[in-house]
Amino acid sequence: MTMIADFSQNVEKGRCVLKFSGNLTILRVRKLSEQLAEIDAEALIVDLSEVERMDTVGAWLVHKLERDRGATIVGATEEQQTLIAHVTQADQPVKIKRDYEMPLLRVVGEVGAAANTTIRTLYGLLGFFGSLLISTWSIIRHPRRFRLNAITQQFEVVGVRALFIVGLMSFLVGIVIAQQGAVQLRQFGAEIYTINLIGRSSVKELGVLMTAIMVAGRSGSAFAAQLGSMKLSEEVDAMRTIGVSPMEALVFPRVLATVILMPLLGFYAAILSIVGGAIFCWISLDIPPVTFVQRIREVVPMTDLWQALIKAPVFGLIIAMAGCFQGMQVKGNAEEVGLRTTTAVVQGIFLVIVLDAFFAVFFTEIGWT
Amino acid sequence: MTPGDPIVSVRGLKNAFADQIVHDGLDLDVRRGEILGVVGGSGTGKSVLMRSIIGLQHPDEGEIEVFGESMIGRDEEEAKHVRRRWGVLFQGGALFSTLTVAENIQVPIKEFYPGIDQELQDEIAAYKIAMSGLPVDAGAKYPSELSGGMRKRAGISRALALDPELLFLDEPTAGLDPIGAAAFDQLISELRTALGLTVFLITHDLDTLYAICDRVAVLADRKVVAIGTIPELLALDHEWIQEYFNGPRGRASAGIAEREEASA
Repeated sequence: MTMIADFSQNVEKGRCVLKFSGNLTILRVRKLSEQLAEIDAEALIVDLSEVERMDTVGAWLVHKLERDRGATIVGATEEQQTLIAHVTQADQPVKIKRDYEMPLLRVVGEVGAAANTTIRTLYGLLGFFGSLLISTWSIIRHPRRFRLNAITQQFEVVGVRALFIVGLMSFLVGIVIAQQGAVQLRQFGAEIYTINLIGRSSVKELGVLMTAIMVAGRSGSAFAAQLGSMKLSEEVDAMRTIGVSPMEALVFPRVLATVILMPLLGFYAAILSIVGGAIFCWISLDIPPVTFVQRIREVVPMTDLWQALIKAPVFGLIIAMAGCFQGMQVKGNAEEVGLRTTTAVVQGIFLVIVLDAFFAVFFTEIGWT
Repeated sequence: MTPGDPIVSVRGLKNAFADQIVHDGLDLDVRRGEILGVVGGSGTGKSVLMRSIIGLQHPDEGEIEVFGESMIGRDEEEAKHVRRRWGVLFQGGALFSTLTVAENIQVPIKEFYPGIDQELQDEIAAYKIAMSGLPVDAGAKYPSELSGGMRKRAGISRALALDPELLFLDEPTAGLDPIGAAAFDQLISELRTALGLTVFLITHDLDTLYAICDRVAVLADRKVVAIGTIPELLALDHEWIQEYFNGPRGRASAGIAEREEASA
């Protein structure tokens, strides 16, 4: 029977008697606790003789009446008494909430913490770079420790599998630049300069930069997630105890693969972007491909390619290091893996763009305009 | 229902993964008010059996009744009011890592009884935490801040949030130190007495079996080969059971249990 718990209230010998009946369980407790709050009598007598079922929440209510209002409990069965006794025993000042902080203080604290983390992260990255150099040196001295298989595998994951998406993206970017450029240049009757625009921007900037962003999203995040979950399952620790350096076995192959593949992917992206532009020029501006290629050769100086090829490995290094570094920082729970992965991508892309600006200024200064 | 009635009843259960058959024609009854230990070698499908009963694994064949209601082919909505009446402790505790212990306990309360005011919810969480033997500052902590044993206690307090009649425990003492494991055995035994629980307990721990289990079900050869009290099982002539209880570890646990009984 699922009778709703209820209580009647009457006064016997000057004391208020609450007689509960039905099921005294969590199901009815909300209403009951509201009703009980309205009774302001002290020195209650709680009669449980007609209660059919009682759970710990019911027992808790009874216990609270006993504790706060000095109620006397009568008519409880032995089981109900044990239950109340257990709940009474469990009535301890348990801390439920995290300590309250003033919002203003918290903001100040968080700003401080963020600044602190930023400095620590930069410091950590620097240390990570240092230990990567040490590992590289030790691999050079002991070529036996060079893990060709691991590196080849990373080549496939970072490079080969990225070919389609990087290629498609660059091709489309090429078309977009050509189209936007042509619209603007047409106003001066200088449509032919669309070719200059496509050639120079693809080779010098966009090819490498777009590739870097794609690699950061594809591989930087993957590095962080892989290393992070390996860190969580203690694989990294197991490696250390066996005497394998995670730096050499996990980080080095990933960084090396990315450093080598970034220039290749960047070059490939630049070419496909030019192809995209060429197709647009052919269709919309009636510039035949032969003329397009000839003009590209005239207007794109070799230094543009050198710039791209110098920047690309540096970007690769940054992306792979940010990914691996964040992955190795994971500790605690699975949520951290997600957070660190996001951080790896954001950090990678941010650093790449900052460095790109530095490179631009630097190359202009040395006359590679 | 009176004590002794089957609260869980499994008939002709069959579970297969690809070409590997885990259960075939498995029968099992869990009686109201008992602590049933489920033992078996690794890979005999103890956890799969539990997952089948609580509806996380759809069996290929067979009938499963919990509280006298069939659990096969039920939709989520119908199964909900049965789910409310049981609590489950998974092996690692399976606490929600983004919530504090107290919030973890309040999740089932909020889900099934919306509208209970926060103050009362906090009180409920507080006494559940104290009941499961956690320290008083544990409520505000996140699972990652707790030790393994404390996580299991927190898992129990979440499993007990709705005052279930039936409690499923998957290797509750695995990974605990002997003192922690003994304390956990005692906790389960106390909670059973206090709350009138029925407990379905998967374990490898012989000490747990001797200390708190009323009956033990042995899983082997894809079914329950024997079920009964430990003396009843010992009287059987089954190779695995003999090896299990009469191996060096089995004898040690039996010795401890006897000594404890003698001193009691």
